[in-house]
Amino acid sequence: MAEYQSIFTRVQVRAPAHLGVPLAEGMSQRVGTPIFSRVLGWIGDAQIGPIYLGFFGLASLFSGFIAVEIIGLNMLASVDWNVWIFFQKFFWLGLEPPAPEYGLSIPPLNEGGWWITAGFFLTLSLGLWWWRTYTRAKALGLGTHVAWAWTAAIWLYLALGLIRPALMGAWSEAPPFGIFPHLDWTAAFSIRYGNLYYCPFHMLTIAFLYGSALLFAMHGATILSVSRYGGDREVEQITDRGTAAERAALFWRWTIGFNATMESIHRWGWWFAILTPLSGSIGIILTGTAVDNWFLWGEKHGIVPFIPDILPPGSDPALVSGGTQ
Amino acid sequence: MAMLDFERKYRVRGGTLIGGSLFDYWVGPFYVGFFGITAFVFAALGIALMFTGAIQSPATTLWNLNIEPPDLSVGLGVAPYMEGGLWQVISLCATGAFISWALREVEICNKLGIGYQVPIAFSVAIFAYLCLVFIRPLLMGAWGHGFPYGILGHLDWVSNVGYQYLHWHYNPGHMAGISFFFVTCFALALHGGLILSAANPGKGEKVKLPEHENTFFRDFIGYSIGPLGIHRLGLFLALTAVLTSCVHILIAGPLWTRGWPEWWMWWPKMWIWIAPAVS
Repeated sequence: MAEYQSIFTRVQVRAPAHLGVPLAEGMSQRVGTPIFSRVLGWIGDAQIGPIYLGFFGLASLFSGFIAVEIIGLNMLASVDWNVWIFFQKFFWLGLEPPAPEYGLSIPPLNEGGWWITAGFFLTLSLGLWWWRTYTRAKALGLGTHVAWAWTAAIWLYLALGLIRPALMGAWSEAPPFGIFPHLDWTAAFSIRYGNLYYCPFHMLTIAFLYGSALLFAMHGATILSVSRYGGDREVEQITDRGTAAERAALFWRWTIGFNATMESIHRWGWWFAILTPLSGSIGIILTGTAVDNWFLWGEKHGIVPFIPDILPPGSDPALVSGGTQ
Repeated sequence: MAMLDFERKYRVRGGTLIGGSLFDYWVGPFYVGFFGITAFVFAALGIALMFTGAIQSPATTLWNLNIEPPDLSVGLGVAPYMEGGLWQVISLCATGAFISWALREVEICNKLGIGYQVPIAFSVAIFAYLCLVFIRPLLMGAWGHGFPYGILGHLDWVSNVGYQYLHWHYNPGHMAGISFFFVTCFALALHGGLILSAANPGKGEKVKLPEHENTFFRDFIGYSIGPLGIHRLGLFLALTAVLTSCVHILIAGPLWTRGWPEWWMWWPKMWIWIAPAVS
């Protein structure tokens, strides 16, 4: 049985490195001499490199580097430039956005100005990388589906760090940079707005995120199970359906009464993966702008379960006048 | 007939685990088999019990319907029908239905002559369910630690269990689980996008094959895992997301009962920080 589960590649065929489909003359060319990794070859392709850098690739890496430097040096400054304490407290360190009183103005560097600068360079880096994703696909005569998927991720990032703060009127609404600080922000955000589990767009996002994992497990497992019939050559199976695509389709038809096709399963996957950040961004943008308390929103719409009274009745601090509004 | 034009030649006899050819038939597009019958019986019973619970509950919509596990005082005992007993029987029915479904998938794999990856992957999901309603409650000593069956009810449970440990995001297993879920979603977007972009290259362009797919990814990030490898990677990422989630719920309670932020204090207290701090 284990013979046929295609868990790893047992016989690695080593051909000369493939340098890639030739690019048009006059473009900048690929860099790096390919190397081979036997360990990578157990799972996938053994060849590493070459890579295409080009102006936009280098510019993106450079601005990303500046953003990481700003964040890292601010963290280092917060522990008085002590490298050992930096590593000791690394997970707790962060670069916080400006305080609420600055609104959307630009504060001094060490009162949130660095946060804005790091955010600017990170955004620039992501945008330049988007352009690279788009142009690399175009240069090879491919569709631009990867670039549009990337757009959805950048959009969620902008919804958190730019759009919602702009609507709320303060940079202080945005998440900080840092491992534990951004987790603290997430928890505080949920509590402040009355439990994000009651936000229907949060529910949808989780469903799409779990759905993405479910779809990739289903798809990955299906293709591996028909790999003995050449099922991994997906584009060939799309254009000229073979027995691998037929068996893969029939497996699901017989199991759940419905099947995707070799092409449509990739549309399912692409949409699930893209709707995860898209529905998430809707939830983020609505929170605090249109809805102040998702639990009360849920109560109003009759979706809160009835919990038996175990404790004596108390008052909800969020409803007491003079409390945080 | 609910049959695809190429389907008839694949509808062969055999490959069953139990029952020989007694249940070896299809209903519409569905394969039945012995485990199809057991899955149907378990599912029908479980759903019927949920309806009886719904009728007797104060719920007004599907959203706020909530079938609760027994009170913690019941421990690992059997609870009265409307005080958690219903939840216990429904859990048994769900487990029976899930396992039947996985075994039915095995029979279908046998019929089609394909590998067992899907039923193996599905058993990982079943294990995650059992961690939540069986293994962790067993380790904690009360069925009351299972999650309730209800749409908003199970969200409340997740929220409450999280705050019992002060701040759930600091649970290292949760960190790993979230990271793997995000990476799975990311990899799915890349894989789906790449195949769609090769098969739909736009007007006037020819459909592209793995040579172009590999070139795109090497140009893009310097490495292409290849058409077979991406499915191994995708399956690995998705299953690891689920398995790390199993770890994160099993360690909360049985291994750690305090706030998760406090758990991390081993890191700044490690001996390696002591020497340089003194010097």
